[in-house]
Amino acid sequence: MEPMIRVSGLTKTFVLHHQHGAKLRVLAGVALCVGSSECVVLHGPSGSGKSTLLRSLYANYRVQQGQILVRHRDNWLDMARATPRELLDVRRVTMGYISQFLRVIPRVPALDIVSEPLRAAGVADALAEKRAQELLGRLNIPKKLWSLPPATFSGGEQQRINIARGFAKTFPILLLDEPTAALDAGNRSVVAEMIEEARTAGTAIVGIFHDDEVRNRVASRIYALNPYEEAIA
Amino acid sequence: MSTLPLLRVQGVGKRYGERSACHDTAFELYPGEIIAVAGESGSGKTTLLNCISGRMRPDAGRVEFATRESGLQDIYALSEPRLRLLARTDWGYVHQNARDGLRVNVSAGANVGERLMAVGGRHYGRIRATTVEWMRKVELDPERINDLPTTFSGGMQQRLQIARNLVTHPRLLFMDEPTASLDVSVQARLLDLLRELTRTLSLSAVIVTHDLAVARLLAHRLIIMKQGCMVEAGLTDQVLDDPQHPYTQLLVSSVLQA
Repeated sequence: MEPMIRVSGLTKTFVLHHQHGAKLRVLAGVALCVGSSECVVLHGPSGSGKSTLLRSLYANYRVQQGQILVRHRDNWLDMARATPRELLDVRRVTMGYISQFLRVIPRVPALDIVSEPLRAAGVADALAEKRAQELLGRLNIPKKLWSLPPATFSGGEQQRINIARGFAKTFPILLLDEPTAALDAGNRSVVAEMIEEARTAGTAIVGIFHDDEVRNRVASRIYALNPYEEAIA
Repeated sequence: MSTLPLLRVQGVGKRYGERSACHDTAFELYPGEIIAVAGESGSGKTTLLNCISGRMRPDAGRVEFATRESGLQDIYALSEPRLRLLARTDWGYVHQNARDGLRVNVSAGANVGERLMAVGGRHYGRIRATTVEWMRKVELDPERINDLPTTFSGGMQQRLQIARNLVTHPRLLFMDEPTASLDVSVQARLLDLLRELTRTLSLSAVIVTHDLAVARLLAHRLIIMKQGCMVEAGLTDQVLDDPQHPYTQLLVSSVLQA
């Protein structure tokens, strides 16, 4: 196991300027290490900062203090201080992120949405399309939907398109924000299987799963978070 | 990762009389990147676009562009003919109103073809073939090649303007509210087209927009302007999902969710 993520002293406070400058401290002094072939599941009650931590790892949220070191192109890069250019490169090459919701792009067919990360990484169109078809098939998306834009698909179908897109390219690090939330048991199991495969292949995974069954199945370690107010009380 | 920016903007400012339209603006744009500049009307975003695209000399600061021959050059230190040549070869400028960027009294085909002739294209057959190819790329029926742009719908005119700009393979595209004057359904088509073109041609672009959804869809990075100043900048999703500045928080929370 090779270390892939090293977080230390992470502090995140939201300042709400239009609510009288209210300050919400969500994370304080968080430390976390994740290695290759590991699946660390963030666990804690609502409001404990699971999503905030996950989004901070992806530099979607900007943190005030601490380091988020990520193994990127054989070097350590601090996501908390990296330039926008470096962050874009990390997201292209090193770190994948699967959220709960598909951000639908008008007019783009499901197949192209799924194959896009591969094409963006320079994979030939035919190969990217083949991989996208495999994933859509595996996630039980009816073939007749593949050529349609997902705007009118059901919530569960959109989520599976999103998962297929997230798994199209193999990343050394994968972040998962409740990818199984709206899925039926059969599809949940398929996604759990895909997560296990990625982990076995060496991907370092950090995820949030509300479903006990999926969590117990995929987690190699649980990382417990507590709401900050309680932590200082 | 190439390490040299394509465009470097440092301390750019512009005053209209006593009023400062934009002040101390600075950013770097790298090849393949798309930056959106957002803010309310009057925030100075169009002034900034004019200053960095060689259309309006700023009162302060420097605008440098990575020329093919001699690297980063202060564009306002170039001779007039040299700047004009840059503007019609390496740069494109897409106006909010297509008619400002088109010649309305010549055919659609001539609008595209004359850009090719301006950079030395002389072979009529080849110019026509390239024009037809570009009309297809922007989803215009090549049958309409001899029609005047005035007979086109607003969305078609905007696509024609984009073809006219891209036919010479510019490296940098400036766009001023490219979708603002269009119906929503036409907007989606144009956005999708711009996404695809910028990706396949690895174009760099600076897009001025007041529409945060347009920024989310097209831009890697986002700059928020207020009263002529850049108040916040970052990756597009950072600025929209975790806005830091009071004005950005107001802007993001004011967007209607469709």
